[in-house]
Amino acid sequence: MEHVLEQIINGLQLGFMYALIALGYTMVYGVVQLINFAHGDVFMVGAFIGYFGFAVWGLPLPLAIINAMVVCALLGVIIERIAYRPLRYAPKIAALISALGVSLFLEYFSSLKFVFGPDYRVVPRPIQEVHWHVLGLPITNIQVMVIVVVLVMLLLLQLLIYRTRIGMAMRTVAVDHNAARLMGVNVDTTISVTFAIGSAFAALGGVLYAIAYPQIQPFMGIMPGLKAFTAAVLGGIGIIPGAVLGALIMGQVETLTAAFISSQMRDAIAFTILILVLLIRPTGILGRSQTEKV
Amino acid sequence: MKISRQTIILLILAAVFYALVKCLQLTGVLSQYWQLVLDQALVTVIGALGLSLIYGFTGQFSLGHAAFYGLGAYTAGVIDKVYGNGSILFFFISILAGALLAGLVALIIGLPILRLRSDYLGIATLGFGIIVRVGMENANKVIPVLGGATGMSGTPQTANFDLIFVLVLVVILLVRNFIFSTYGRACTSIREDEIAADLMGIDTTRYKVLSFVLGCALAGLAGGIYAHRYPFLHPASFDFLKSFDFLLIVVLGGLGSMTGTIFTAIGWGFLLEVLRAVLGENFIDWRGVIYALILIVAIILRPQGLFSGKELGLLLPRPLPLTTTSGKERTHAGTGN
Amino acid sequence: MPVLEIKALSKNFGGLKAVNNFQLELEEGEIVGLIGPNGAGKTTVFNLITGIYVPTGGSIMFGGEQINGLPPFRICQRGIARTFQNIRLFKENSVLDNVRAVFHPRVRYNLLDAFLRSPRYNAEEERILAESMELLATLNLADRANQKASSLPYGDQRRLEIARSLASRPKLLLLDEPAAGMNPGEVSRMVDLVRMIKEKFNLTVLLIEHQMGMVMNLCERLVVMDFGQIIATGTPAEIRDNPVVLEAYLGKGATVA
Repeated sequence: MEHVLEQIINGLQLGFMYALIALGYTMVYGVVQLINFAHGDVFMVGAFIGYFGFAVWGLPLPLAIINAMVVCALLGVIIERIAYRPLRYAPKIAALISALGVSLFLEYFSSLKFVFGPDYRVVPRPIQEVHWHVLGLPITNIQVMVIVVVLVMLLLLQLLIYRTRIGMAMRTVAVDHNAARLMGVNVDTTISVTFAIGSAFAALGGVLYAIAYPQIQPFMGIMPGLKAFTAAVLGGIGIIPGAVLGALIMGQVETLTAAFISSQMRDAIAFTILILVLLIRPTGILGRSQTEKV
Repeated sequence: MKISRQTIILLILAAVFYALVKCLQLTGVLSQYWQLVLDQALVTVIGALGLSLIYGFTGQFSLGHAAFYGLGAYTAGVIDKVYGNGSILFFFISILAGALLAGLVALIIGLPILRLRSDYLGIATLGFGIIVRVGMENANKVIPVLGGATGMSGTPQTANFDLIFVLVLVVILLVRNFIFSTYGRACTSIREDEIAADLMGIDTTRYKVLSFVLGCALAGLAGGIYAHRYPFLHPASFDFLKSFDFLLIVVLGGLGSMTGTIFTAIGWGFLLEVLRAVLGENFIDWRGVIYALILIVAIILRPQGLFSGKELGLLLPRPLPLTTTSGKERTHAGTGN
Repeated sequence: MPVLEIKALSKNFGGLKAVNNFQLELEEGEIVGLIGPNGAGKTTVFNLITGIYVPTGGSIMFGGEQINGLPPFRICQRGIARTFQNIRLFKENSVLDNVRAVFHPRVRYNLLDAFLRSPRYNAEEERILAESMELLATLNLADRANQKASSLPYGDQRRLEIARSLASRPKLLLLDEPAAGMNPGEVSRMVDLVRMIKEKFNLTVLLIEHQMGMVMNLCERLVVMDFGQIIATGTPAEIRDNPVVLEAYLGKGATVA
């Protein structure tokens, strides 16, 4: 029983980390209807910058995290400006291909020896792992940290989107660019901000991931990115609570499958569940069904 | 069957191409290495035409194409490895079996998931691709001869340029004939406006499934040929990165253009190797970076792709005696017999 | 036997009654107009007839057989064709191919014939081409056959939609605002066009239209809808002076000078 609870908490930790990445996917999709394939690689860059921060440059952990978030926010804005904005009103598939190119670029460029290098690096834990038993639940301090940090960020995001002007701008742009412009919203800036926030969240996810599963390498973002993207679609693409819900489900399914069925099969089962959910709810769990006017 | 003038021109050009390659082979200009690159590029043409049919012509966004490529490869590979005797007969039997299996799996999975809307279909097919890859990695637990994560070897390497070339030509002709028939028109109508196509009497489900099955069967065929040209089959070669490869070829070539798909498949196949040759040993690490940059620049410069919706005249059927847009390029399926 | 017989037709979307107790009988060869303010449910009725929506209640009989519940492509194959309020052409395809595509269900060759370019394939393609060009010529689009559909000017696009709908050899043609956005001269030409194709192809026509010039000139009788229900039926003359209809369009107490 305790073993099951332990795995559920592991799944929660993983799910919340996926949620950080999934949020970026869903917010960006909301404003520009683009599946940003490069997002998982921003997560990777965040992990590396965080690692350099606390393991190489000796920064205190909070500072290392903020540093990584700022750098990746900037990276996200630059990527949008160079690779996506020129294609904003071109066929959607073109931006998708560009995103693919950016993803590959980040991976291969990072693999160059003078950048991050192609090899795995072991991340020394900046915090000693401490095991506790809270109300019969086996939990570590790192897990608590991950869960608390993510919950706080979710709250902040919620406040941003629903209580600030930039949040309203984001919601407006998500509905209709031209209408937003006519309302005086600076669409370009709003989109840049969305990318910045999404990328910062991914970076945070990267650093937390590096602390929790202490091995990083330039291609580490591919699978988490894919799963987080799947989570966002599972929950209903473009819908923020959906991203969190989908991510928690993906995290849980993956962890429980790995623990109790088979470690190799975990990806297959996670994606099988995805397909089954889509067949029942074609626009995702919280997705709105899109009836087309004829 | 009546052979149109267009087809004859196409065959002549194909013969010229064949002769050219043979010359290069005989004079030794075309080394073993570059021959392999060419053969792989031609195999990719077949697979890419499959995705072109599914996505470029019917508008179904599939991100799992490599799974069918892999299914065909393993099926053909294992049949020839276990039952074959290295003959050409078994080559054909096994690659057809690979294509059939891929088509059958496409039918089973297509019927439920082709109902999904574009982005959702994309990730469902992506998920399916991952499931297949995991299956390949663990296949040896059920059928040991398939090899597992470390791959499978032992397929007779009976494919060569001559066989591959003929197969590519046949595939091009078959795909062309499909596109420029009522079936192709049904498919492009679905791509353009599925609801309107439905209301105009076209059974959209049937034709989405048909093009999906045919396209995936082509991927399976390509995979089967691949298994007979590469001694080693590895699950990692058939994952979503390979699916993205096919997708990028179809998009860069221009959706709704066979010509675009064919040229881009060959060009892209040579790109990485050309980069290797040009950059030399010192900069070999930069290959991936430059490849990615070329991709980004190409799509930004020409988002509609190289041949967006147009075909080279010699792929089109006999033109109508009407005023047409000038030059060799004409709107897709705009002229016909 | 009436071509189309609709009884007690209703459609609910959640709590909203988009169509309520609609009925209609169309005899062969009639041109009937379906009019009413925006949002009255007219296009919803079209969508119900053509199978896009399944009725919540009631029945639709075409040629004596029930069609509600059938998928749209089957209903079209039975002989009902339509055009759309917001033009829905196959934009990237050529004008010719927009029309040729609709021949598909009745094509007399199979996949194998197509792959091998058999004599049967060639003969059928010739036939389809000839009939399509004839249809385009009837609608004055033959010289644009190879152009991309999206490159056509607005009026031509509307005519292409009509040509496309005729390619399925329908018995019943549903026209959804074919004269939308047209000036009086164009409306008049559209009236002549609809009359001409009705005669030439032996059609029964049900027309949704806001342009009163077209409605009054073309339709033998009218059905007026508001808020999902029929509020009046009659000849154009009767409807023009009907106070209930005037109120629906213009509001209470309004009069037409």
